[in-house]
Amino acid sequence: MSTDLATPPPATPEAVGHHDVADQRKVAMWAFLGSEVLFFGALITTFLLYRNDVGDGPGAADVFDIPFTSVSSFILLMSSLTMVLAHHSSMRRDWRQMRIWLLATALLGSVFLAGQVFEFTEFVHKGLTVSTSPFGSSFFVLTGFHGAHVAVGVLMLLATYFISVSGRFKAEEGMNVEIVGLYWHFVDIVWIVIFTIVYLLQV
Amino acid sequence: MATLTPDVTAAVDASPAPRGGIWSWITTTDHKKIGILYGVTSIFFFLVGGIEALFIRLQLATPNGEVLSADAYNQLFTMHATTMVFLVVMPLAAAFANYFLPLLIGARDVAFPRMNAFSYWFFLAGGIFLTVSFFVGGAPDGGWFGYAPLSTQVGEMVRMDYWALGLLVLGVASIASSVNFITTVLTMRAPGMTLMRMPVFVWMIFVISFLLLFSLPMVTVGLFQVWTDRNLGTLFFDAAGGGDPVLWQHLFWLFGHPEVYVLILPAMGIVSEVLPTFARKPLFGRSFVIFSGIAIGFMGFGVWAHHMFTSGLGPVAEAAFALTTMFIAVPTGVKIFNWLGTIWGGSLRLATPALFSLGFIFLFVIGGLSGVTHSIVPADSQQHDSYYVVAHFHYVLFGGAIFGIFAGIYYWFPKVTGRMMSERLGMWNFWLMFIGMNLTFAPMHVLGLNGMPRRTYRYAEGLGLDLWNLVATVGSFVLAFGVLVFLINAIRSWRRGPEAGPDPWDGRTLEWTTSSPPPVHNFDEIPVVEHEDDFWHRKYATDEEGYAVRVATDDAAAESTGPPEDLHLPSPSFYPALSGLGVLIALLGVVYVPWGLLATAVGGAIMVWGLFGWSLESLVREEH
Amino acid sequence: MFGTDRHHEGQTRANRARRRGRTRLVALLGSLAVVAAACSDTAIPQNSLDPASPQARDIDELWNLVFWIAVVIFVLVEAALIFAVIRYRKRRRDPERPVKQVHGNTRLEILWTIIPTIILAIVAVPTLATIFELREEPSPDENALEINVIGHQWWWEFEYPEYGFTTAQEMYVPTGRTIYLNLTSADVIHSFWTPRLQGKRDAVPGRVNNLTFLAEEEGEYLGQCAEFCGLAHADMRHVVVAVSPEEFDAWAEKHATPPEIPTEGPAAAGYETFQVVCTACHVIDGAAGTPVDRTVPLEDRTEWAYAPNLSYFGERQKFGGWSFDNDPNHLEAWLADPTLLKPMAPELNDLDDGRILGMPNFGLDDTEIQNLIALLEALR
Repeated sequence: MSTDLATPPPATPEAVGHHDVADQRKVAMWAFLGSEVLFFGALITTFLLYRNDVGDGPGAADVFDIPFTSVSSFILLMSSLTMVLAHHSSMRRDWRQMRIWLLATALLGSVFLAGQVFEFTEFVHKGLTVSTSPFGSSFFVLTGFHGAHVAVGVLMLLATYFISVSGRFKAEEGMNVEIVGLYWHFVDIVWIVIFTIVYLLQV
Repeated sequence: MATLTPDVTAAVDASPAPRGGIWSWITTTDHKKIGILYGVTSIFFFLVGGIEALFIRLQLATPNGEVLSADAYNQLFTMHATTMVFLVVMPLAAAFANYFLPLLIGARDVAFPRMNAFSYWFFLAGGIFLTVSFFVGGAPDGGWFGYAPLSTQVGEMVRMDYWALGLLVLGVASIASSVNFITTVLTMRAPGMTLMRMPVFVWMIFVISFLLLFSLPMVTVGLFQVWTDRNLGTLFFDAAGGGDPVLWQHLFWLFGHPEVYVLILPAMGIVSEVLPTFARKPLFGRSFVIFSGIAIGFMGFGVWAHHMFTSGLGPVAEAAFALTTMFIAVPTGVKIFNWLGTIWGGSLRLATPALFSLGFIFLFVIGGLSGVTHSIVPADSQQHDSYYVVAHFHYVLFGGAIFGIFAGIYYWFPKVTGRMMSERLGMWNFWLMFIGMNLTFAPMHVLGLNGMPRRTYRYAEGLGLDLWNLVATVGSFVLAFGVLVFLINAIRSWRRGPEAGPDPWDGRTLEWTTSSPPPVHNFDEIPVVEHEDDFWHRKYATDEEGYAVRVATDDAAAESTGPPEDLHLPSPSFYPALSGLGVLIALLGVVYVPWGLLATAVGGAIMVWGLFGWSLESLVREEH
Repeated sequence: MFGTDRHHEGQTRANRARRRGRTRLVALLGSLAVVAAACSDTAIPQNSLDPASPQARDIDELWNLVFWIAVVIFVLVEAALIFAVIRYRKRRRDPERPVKQVHGNTRLEILWTIIPTIILAIVAVPTLATIFELREEPSPDENALEINVIGHQWWWEFEYPEYGFTTAQEMYVPTGRTIYLNLTSADVIHSFWTPRLQGKRDAVPGRVNNLTFLAEEEGEYLGQCAEFCGLAHADMRHVVVAVSPEEFDAWAEKHATPPEIPTEGPAAAGYETFQVVCTACHVIDGAAGTPVDRTVPLEDRTEWAYAPNLSYFGERQKFGGWSFDNDPNHLEAWLADPTLLKPMAPELNDLDDGRILGMPNFGLDDTEIQNLIALLEALR
C-alpha cells in the first residue's frame, strides 16, 4: 500500500476501491492530535497569562511538591515505554505479551491519575481551589483536562485489552494498538510540557 | 443535452440497497443520505434564522419601535447569528461536502462512514439543544460572540449555559467531520487523481477541514472557561478577581476569524465548479485559485485581532494586524480575477446556478472592499460595532456564502434528486434575493457611518437613522419573498420536476458520470483519472488552436455490468444516532446541575453505549 | 409604409434612449442624494463623516482616501464583470460557439497579485502613521484635561480628577483644549463612542484605555455605548457638551462644591425621602449617600458607584442613560416604575458582588414622587 499520501494508489484491480484501513486510522489520529495540540496550547497559554495572579491565595511555591510530581511524571513516562512494548508485541503477533503490556500501561496511567487526585486534594487543603484565583482556575482546568485525557486513554487501553481477550481481535486489527499508542504518547508529551512549564519553570 | 456516459439505469435497478423508511435514515451510513439530512436540517434552520431576522427588522423599522421587548430582541439577534453561522452556513457546506466529496474524487464513500453519521447526529443534537432554550425561560442573549464578562455575569440564569454547551457539542461534530474529510481526501482518491487534479471544491473542503481542526480547540477552551466561570466560580474573565476579559476575545477570535473563511471557502469552491461548467471553459488559473485558498487558510490565522481594534491592544499590535488584514485581500482578489478570466472568452449560459455565482462575485467584491476599509484601524474605530460591520459581513456571508450555496443547490439539485429545478422560478428567486439583499444591507453602510451602533433594540428619534432603517426593513421582506420562491421551486421540482439525466449541464467533473441520483455504490467501477476535469476530457478534445471539440461517444467505459461482485458497502448502524441522543440528554442534564446530574449520567451512559457499540461493531460487520 | 415604419422605429428608439437617459439621470440623482444624506450634518448628530475635532478629521481624511480607492476598484471590477457577462453570454437563440479552452496566464496572475499589493502598501503608510499619531499621549504643554470615563450598566459616569467631582450622562468640556479620557468599566465591557469627536474605545473592567480629542467648536455632540452590554445597551447614551473655557471653568467650579439643598417646601420633604430610599445607591455631594473613594487611581480601583451622582441633576437635559427628557412627566414615570421606561433587571441586583442591573421599583406613592421631583429639579 502506498504510504505517500499525495499519490493515489496504482490502478490495479485489487487496489481499486479498497483502502488501507490501518493507514486511514493513522491519518485520522494524527489529524485529531493536531487539534489537541491547539487545545492544550490554549490551556497552557491561559495558564502562562495567569500563573502569577494568585490573589489572596497560595502560589506555586506554596503548594507544589516537586519531588512527588517528579515521581508521578516518571511513572507516566514509564507507561509510554510499556506502550511501545505493547505495540511491538502486537507487531510480532504475540497477543499474550501485548495484553500484559497493555495492562501495565493502563496500570501505570491509573497510578499517575491517583497521584494527581492525591495532589489536588492536598492543594485544596492548602487553600488552592478553582475559585481562589486565576492561577488556581487555570492550573486546575489545565491539569484537570490532561487528567481527563489520561483517563480516556486508560479506558481505550482496557477496551483494547478486553477486545483482545474476547478473541475477536483480527490480525489486521493490530493497528488498533498503534492508534492507541499514538494517543497515549501524545498525552505523555503534553504532560512533559505541562510539568516543565507549570512545575519546574516557576517564573 | 446528449450524454456520453454509459447508461447506468440498469445497474441502479440491480443495486442491492433498499431505500426509504425512517429507520433507514436514522441508521444510514451512506454519505449521500447524510448529505441530504444535513441539507434539509440546515434549510429548516435557515428559515428559523430568517424569521428571527425579520422580527429584528420589524422592530428597527421605526425609531423607538415596540414590536419586541429589549429582552426578546437580545435573544433574537443572538440566536439569529448563532443559527446562521453554526446551524445553517456551516452545515450546508457539510451537506455538499458529504454528498459530493466522494463523488468528486471517485470514491464510494468517506473514510469513516459511521463517524460521518455521528457528526450529523451531534450537529442535530446541538441544534435541538439550542432550540430548547427558547421554551425553558429564554434563549441565549449575550450575542453569538458571548463577550465576557457579560456572558459570565448572570450565572443563575441558564441562557448562556445553553449557548456555551451548544457550541461545544457543535464543535465536536465539526472536528469529527474535519478528521473524516482530511482522511478521505488523503487516502481515497481514485487512481490517477493527484492532489492537483482534485476539483477546487474538494480543495476548499480540504482547507477548511484544517481550519476547523486548528481553530475550534481554542474556542473550545474559551467556552469551557466561560462555563466554569458561570458554574464553578473560576476567575478566568472576572476582572475583580484578577481575570482578563480580553482573554476571551483572543480565544474567541482565534477561532472566529478562521471560522469566517470556513464559511466562505466552500461557497468559493462551488463557484469555481459552476462557472467553468456554464462558461464551457476551464477555471482560469486553477492552481492559483487553489493556492490562494490555501494562502487564505494560513493567513486567516494571523488576522484575528482585527476584531479587537478598539479593545486597547496598543499601536504596535494594531499596526501589525492592520497589515496582515490588508494583505489577506490579495489572495482573495486573485480568486475574483480568475473567475473573471473564466467568464472571459467563454460561452456563458445564464442558467440559475450561473446567476447565483455571478451574483456571488458582484456582492462579494462589495463585502471584500468594505472589509479592507475595516483594516484601516483609525477608520475602523468609527466602523467597529456599528451597522457598517453588519453591512460588511452580510455582504460576504449572504451575498457571498449564501449565494454560493444557492448556486450549489441549483447546480447539484438534479444530481441529488434526478429532477431539474424550474429556471423561471430560479430567475425570480435570484433577482428577488439580489435586489432584496442590496436593499437591506447597502443602507446599513450609511447607518453605521452615521453613528448607529449594533445590537441595539431601538434607536432614538432625531438621530437621522429613520429612513435607511425603513428601507432596510422593506428590503428584508423582498429577500424573504425570494426565499419563499426558492422553497416553492425546490419542493415542486423535487416532486415533479422534469427528469434530469446523469449530465444535464454537460459537466466537467466525475459526479456527472453516474446516474441522477447516483446508485448507493456511486460508481459501478472506480474511474481511473488522467486529467483535472477528467469527465470533460472524456467528452471533448482540444484542437491545435485550443478550441474544444466533441469526441466520439463510445470511448467511454464498456456497457455497465452493474456493481462489482465483491462490493461491500458500509452497513447501517444506529450507534451514531444513539450517541447523539445520549449527548443531548447529557447536555440538558449539565445545564440543570445539580438536580440534572441524573440526566447527565443517563445521557452520558447512552452516549458511551453508542460509542462502544460503534467501535465493537467494526470487528463484526464493517467491510469495504 | 416603410418610411412611417422606419420613422416609427426611429421614434421608438429615440423614446427608449430618452427613457434610458432619464432613468440614468434619476439613478445618478438618487445616488447623489444617498451620498449627500450620508454626509450632511444637520439632522445626523452622530455622523462620523462630519468631524468636529482634529482627531475625527484625521480619521475622516484617511477614510476618504480609502473609500474613494475602494470606489474606483469597485467600478473597475464590477464593470469588467458586467461587461464580460454581457459580451460572452450565450442566449438561447445564439448558435453554439466553440470555446477556446484557456487554462490561465501566469503574467496576468503576477500582475493582479502585485498591483493590489502595491495599492495596499500605499494605503498602509498613512494608516500606520495615523494609528501611532492618534495613540500619542498628550504632551505636558497641551495642558490636557483628564476625565475618567467609567462605564456602568447602563449609564456613563464622568469623573473630573482635576476638580475632584463626578457626574453622569453629560460630559462638559472646554473648547480648544485637549481632552484625555481614561476609560474603564465597573462591570462588563462597554465602548465610549462620540462619532463626531473621535472613534470609539472600549471601556474594559480591570484595565484603563485612553482616548484623546479636542472639541473645536461649542456644541453638543451625541454618542452612545457601542459594545453590547446587556438589556439596555441601546439606552446607554451620552452627550459631550463643549462650551467656552470660561463657561467650563464656571461649570466645573460649581460642580466641585456641594449643591444647596432646599430647606422648605416639597423639595425639603423630598430630601427626607431621598435619605431614606435612595442613598443605598445614589449620592448627592455633601448631603446624602456614601461616595466612593476617588483618590484611588483608576487602574487600582475596586469600588465603584452604584448609581449616577445626582448633585446637579436639575441641570441635566436627560436622564436614565441620557435617554429620557428631564421633565416632570418622565420623572414621574421613572420614579413610579423605572423598568417600564427602560428595560432593566433590578431583581438580579447583587450590591456586594458589584452587579447592578437597574433601579428597583420602591413602591413610592404619589406624594413621595412629587416631592422627589421637586428636590431633583432644585438641584442646580
